[in-house]
Amino acid sequence: MKFKTFAMFVGPSVFLMLLFIAFPLVSVLLNSFQVTQPVFTTQEVETCSAGFLTQNCVTEVKTIPVLDENGDTVTTTEWVGFSSYANVLGGQRFVDAITSFDLGALLRIDFWRALRFTLTFTLITLPLVLGLGLAIAVVVNNATKAIKGPVIFVSLLPFIITPVIGGLSIRWLFYGDGIVTVWLEALFNTDLSIAANGWAIEFLMMFYRVWHVAPFAFVIFYAGLQTVNQDTLESAVIDGASRWERLRYVVIPHLMPLIVFITLIHLMDAYRAFEEVIAFSSESYRITLQYLTYDYLTPDDAGNRAISSASASAMLTMVGVVILLAAPLRRTWQEHRGR
Amino acid sequence: MTFQKLALAGAVALMGSTAAHACAFENEVEIKMLSAGFEAWKAVSEAMAECGNFEAELDQEFRQKQPAAFAANPSLYQIGGVSNGTVTPLLNEGTIRPLDDLIEKYGQNLTPNQLIQIDGKTMAIAMMVNTQHLMYRSDIFEELGLEVPTTYEEVLEVAAAIEEAGVVEYPLGATMASGWNLAQDFNNMFVGYGGTFYNADSTPNVDSEAGMKALEMMKRLTEYMDPEYLVSDSTYVQQQFQQEKIAMANLWASRAGAMNDEAESAVVGRVATASAPLAEPGMPPATTLWWDGIVIAANISDEEAEAAFRVAMEGLDEEMVRANNSDAIWLVPGYRPDEMAQGAIATATATPPPPSYPSTSQMGLMHTALGSELPAFFTGDATAEEALAAVEEAYSSAAREAGLLD
Repeated sequence: MKFKTFAMFVGPSVFLMLLFIAFPLVSVLLNSFQVTQPVFTTQEVETCSAGFLTQNCVTEVKTIPVLDENGDTVTTTEWVGFSSYANVLGGQRFVDAITSFDLGALLRIDFWRALRFTLTFTLITLPLVLGLGLAIAVVVNNATKAIKGPVIFVSLLPFIITPVIGGLSIRWLFYGDGIVTVWLEALFNTDLSIAANGWAIEFLMMFYRVWHVAPFAFVIFYAGLQTVNQDTLESAVIDGASRWERLRYVVIPHLMPLIVFITLIHLMDAYRAFEEVIAFSSESYRITLQYLTYDYLTPDDAGNRAISSASASAMLTMVGVVILLAAPLRRTWQEHRGR
Repeated sequence: MTFQKLALAGAVALMGSTAAHACAFENEVEIKMLSAGFEAWKAVSEAMAECGNFEAELDQEFRQKQPAAFAANPSLYQIGGVSNGTVTPLLNEGTIRPLDDLIEKYGQNLTPNQLIQIDGKTMAIAMMVNTQHLMYRSDIFEELGLEVPTTYEEVLEVAAAIEEAGVVEYPLGATMASGWNLAQDFNNMFVGYGGTFYNADSTPNVDSEAGMKALEMMKRLTEYMDPEYLVSDSTYVQQQFQQEKIAMANLWASRAGAMNDEAESAVVGRVATASAPLAEPGMPPATTLWWDGIVIAANISDEEAEAAFRVAMEGLDEEMVRANNSDAIWLVPGYRPDEMAQGAIATATATPPPPSYPSTSQMGLMHTALGSELPAFFTGDATAEEALAAVEEAYSSAAREAGLLD
């Protein structure tokens, strides 16, 4: 292909990628190194507010932002180096926790608490998603034609449901006097409070993620199973290989590239987990890195937002994803070169 | 809080009918309002809609949209529904206008108590007061021969007696959902012990004796609550009452009407209100006073502002209050306090009275820091000292980033 033709084909997509991926990333990166803040002044203000019967007036010294002649707030932007990163990582609390080898204190800092949970969440759900997805795919593949359609449809349902709605339905089964909780209480004759236990919430969040993502793995594996070489399988049968041996030595090696692919996607998705925190209101017990960024970005009642910290937290999350993906990506690359 | 966000994320839009019924004038200018979505706002926006050309967006997430929407030029809404907590960014950024000339022209029915004034300029019109106060099951108290508690020590005694009798699942309810609610619950107790949130130089001041006492008392109260209290927001507590699961709670006055809503409540006529309990004798009740009201955007034409103000006045008139008397503790003339309003009135008129929730930039940061660091204390991950130190730490770093601290 001539370079000009190539450029004309690729140009629009390169432009859009620059506009929608590269540019926002650079701006987040810049934001994480600078802080924009209003200029404040303190002055005496008389405030009269409504009581039930009479007005209450108080004169107090208030810190208020300075407005320019157009009525806009005057702001200053400063380069702060890595101070927002230090903020997110816990600053002095982090240093204290590290120097005294106090793991408990470290895990009380939001970032490390989020990192601990996000990593556990990602690494525990990964094998479950792969295993469950493969199991469903094998079962469906062996099912008789008549019921294949309905079985595929039912297996895909969790994947089709909007994530937060799926999370909420599981929450409603367990929280408060949820149906399942009531059954369990009757079964074991005890009083259960699921939402008062960190580990129970953590379990539900992982359960939800596996339930939601396994169908995705299933679809990919099911497609892969259609391409398994039937001759190899038949010769394996003749050689006396059991069902398990055929799966272990013929099917799984054949599906290996797909396993790596699902691993990559799942690591990326699970590390950016967010909807679980919202659906299960787990902020008190478990938060994720993505939630931490959101929390920094949410303005409080006085309108303050920690944009610089949010940017730093977002960049740290991205660095984390890259580190996690390094191993499977290297594997793919080596295979690619090997061919 | 987050759950509430989800449940109410979809904004409820009420379209005004063009035909003007009970409105004194026919509104020709298109007016939009953004406010919270509780009962009182529904009542007010429906009354405003009678003037025609009016559209209200009732959204529990209004606090996050409002500053940006009002900073736009022209502003996306002419009227804003605010409280003393959420008016701060609008005042700070100068995106709402002084109302004195409009009040002179159209505000004859307003009482002086409704005017929210900053340095003599009226910036908002209050329509109702709100506060968290004691609600209790009067039938249970009568049956067990219990006195209505006036201090938190008495609350604990009464709770123990109710637990002993085993008449409800949990004696106490509380708005202690992690985040905004839990922080507000702490705020109430903290001011009840005489605490101040920050010093004159904006440095934090919650890691104090009052802070320790407040946390200790809250922890003792949780022993009588549903163990899932860290997900329990106002709606959750309201439902616990309605479904006969709890006997007492320090709950928002704006939720009192729901107790007697026959459609959803199993305890109609069996819930009474009383003043918020004292944390310590001689101190103000352990709660804060709030007002809700309207503001008019600065970035709109004077013509629009005039129309918006007239529509707002129609929404806040006697007729509206008469029709929706039990939806709030109205400040509008014509309000007749009913039985359920007694608790709020007793709270607001106590001596010394509870403080108003401070509308300052520092308080916004402090509220957020409390909401995100205190849960660790209640889950047992941190001691009270550690949690309060973490709050101060979180507040200071946020305040440095916001420019309030050096």
